[in-house]
Amino acid sequence: MTIEIDGINKSFGQFQALRDIDLTIPDGQLTALLGPSGSGKTTLLRSIAGLENPDRGRILFSGEDVTGLHVRERRVGFVFQHYALFRHMTVSENVAFGLKVMPRRERPSKPEIRRRVRELLEMVQLDHLAGRYPAQLSGGQKQRIALARAMAKRPEILLLDEPFGALDAKVRKELRRWLRSLHDELHFTSVFVTHDQEEALELSDQVVVMRQGSVEQVDSPLELYSQPDSRFVFNFLGQVNALPGAISGGVLRQGEAWVRLPESCDDDDAELYLRPHEVRLTQEPSQNAHLPFRIEAINVIGAEVRVELRPDGWESEELWEVGITHSAFNARQPGRGDRCYAVPDVGHLFCDHLSEPKTLSWYDSAG
Amino acid sequence: MADTNPSARPRRPGVPVSRRVLPGFGLSLGITLFFISLVLLLPISGLVIHTAGMGWEQFWFVVTDPRVVASYKVTVLAALAASLFNCVFGLLMAWVLVRYEFPGKRLLDAIMDLPFALPTAVAGITLATLFAESGWYGRVLSEFGIEVAYTPLGIVVAMAFTSVPFVVRTVQPVLEELPAEDEEAAVSLGASDWTVFRRILFPVLWPALVTGGGLSFARSLGEYGAVVFIAGNSPYVSEVISLMVFVRLEEYDFAAASAIASVVMGVSLLLLLAINVWQGRYLKRLHGGRG
Repeated sequence: MTIEIDGINKSFGQFQALRDIDLTIPDGQLTALLGPSGSGKTTLLRSIAGLENPDRGRILFSGEDVTGLHVRERRVGFVFQHYALFRHMTVSENVAFGLKVMPRRERPSKPEIRRRVRELLEMVQLDHLAGRYPAQLSGGQKQRIALARAMAKRPEILLLDEPFGALDAKVRKELRRWLRSLHDELHFTSVFVTHDQEEALELSDQVVVMRQGSVEQVDSPLELYSQPDSRFVFNFLGQVNALPGAISGGVLRQGEAWVRLPESCDDDDAELYLRPHEVRLTQEPSQNAHLPFRIEAINVIGAEVRVELRPDGWESEELWEVGITHSAFNARQPGRGDRCYAVPDVGHLFCDHLSEPKTLSWYDSAG
Repeated sequence: MADTNPSARPRRPGVPVSRRVLPGFGLSLGITLFFISLVLLLPISGLVIHTAGMGWEQFWFVVTDPRVVASYKVTVLAALAASLFNCVFGLLMAWVLVRYEFPGKRLLDAIMDLPFALPTAVAGITLATLFAESGWYGRVLSEFGIEVAYTPLGIVVAMAFTSVPFVVRTVQPVLEELPAEDEEAAVSLGASDWTVFRRILFPVLWPALVTGGGLSFARSLGEYGAVVFIAGNSPYVSEVISLMVFVRLEEYDFAAASAIASVVMGVSLLLLLAINVWQGRYLKRLHGGRG
């Protein structure tokens, strides 16, 4: 079921939570609403569910206007951040709730309800806990029961509010994979809210980045990561190394640092953004770039060695971070305080006079 | 230079290590028990001793006197009606106070406790005046043929008035803590408003409501001041137990007075105990015990 959001606005008193949101959520896909807290992502999710009434705009499910429809009639499954399991009911009573409250003529028979509940509990692999009360479950189990409950009425749309927010790292990873495979199997349209960029990129088919009540960028995870539209999106998706400076004569310069740009560029103030894997570390500056650093810290845990660098003779708001392979690290054995140079392979240039960033590549030019 | 760490003091043998993290358990429990003994246990023992002096047969004779038995019936039925009324009305008031924002909410919240602050005799006289045939309410009600003052119905009104804060104040905090998400979850699963109340809210409010109702009932059993002014106090019809105790005292029959009083006390105590035990079990289920 496709979800279309058409010019939604929502205010809480003075605070405008959503402004002019236009968005299409494709059928059968897993979409992430990503943004920092206060960006309006949960309000948007709740508006889709019908738990919030937008001040302006329309919401359509498969072309049908549901803006005026009560939550009860929207037939969406909603999983709450803190699960909202009914404390006084057992696990199976919780899961059966949605079926039991259906009007008598639509309600399945009792044995049918029992069968469906068993099926759902098997799906979330918790059929052995049917008789327990929510207080006796762990966080991950509660989350899965909440999911089973939301899916009891076979909704075509599943909405999840920070589904893994309250879980520890290991359980989160496990549940993430499990949700992905469940989604691939059942093909409902799902939307989940998260502030964790890794979660959004790993889990979803499409990511909606939100900021201060507006949509900043909508793209597939790959596009989003390699082609961010704005400094905000760039900054929000992982570590960024920035070189703020001024372009003159095709060279971006600040203090002792300079980078020769591979494409012609008008003279302007600009900022060059580089991801940790788009930069190499060398002993000597190259002919295209002169970016001197002192090594501040070295972290050897993980698939690659992360080196933190302090600019030497120029300034950047935050330290730079560059990843090098373990073998390169072992061959050279750099130490804290050593001087080294960064050489960019790929970069993203944000000029003040351009609205879109320019992706630069130094691969062709010798360096 | 082996093993000469100056910070490692050897533990003195024989000094017990306190295993409690929270300090002051002994002192605070001591003061509590002393105070309870002083204001509760001592007078109650006096009551029991007084009663014990009269022998079983005599005790039975006193407490089963037909006029006294009639007063048990009147009191228990009136208290039951009053506390049931309070459960409904108190829940409604707590609901209004928690769920809605309106001007004067703070004031209404404060007024809620007035029945506790008002001297019960004042409450009784006021109610009697209002519900008397010439009073504001009495005049209206008498047109429908309803008599409140000087009938058992008047007893119910007085009891309900003096004990309604029990229900409001026990239900209110539970209602406040109830997460809105639970209701939203139920509605998103298609439940009607009435179903949400019956299946989601009520089971959680139920223990608090029973406690409030129980307290209200226990208080009503012993209510004297407010009741005697409006009850009419005609034997076998509208006499309450506490009045019977007072009558015996006026006759200088202290033993009989304490015998009747001990019956009221015993019933109240049993009731409160039963509520506590039941509630303990119910709450354990909600909070993770193996219900």
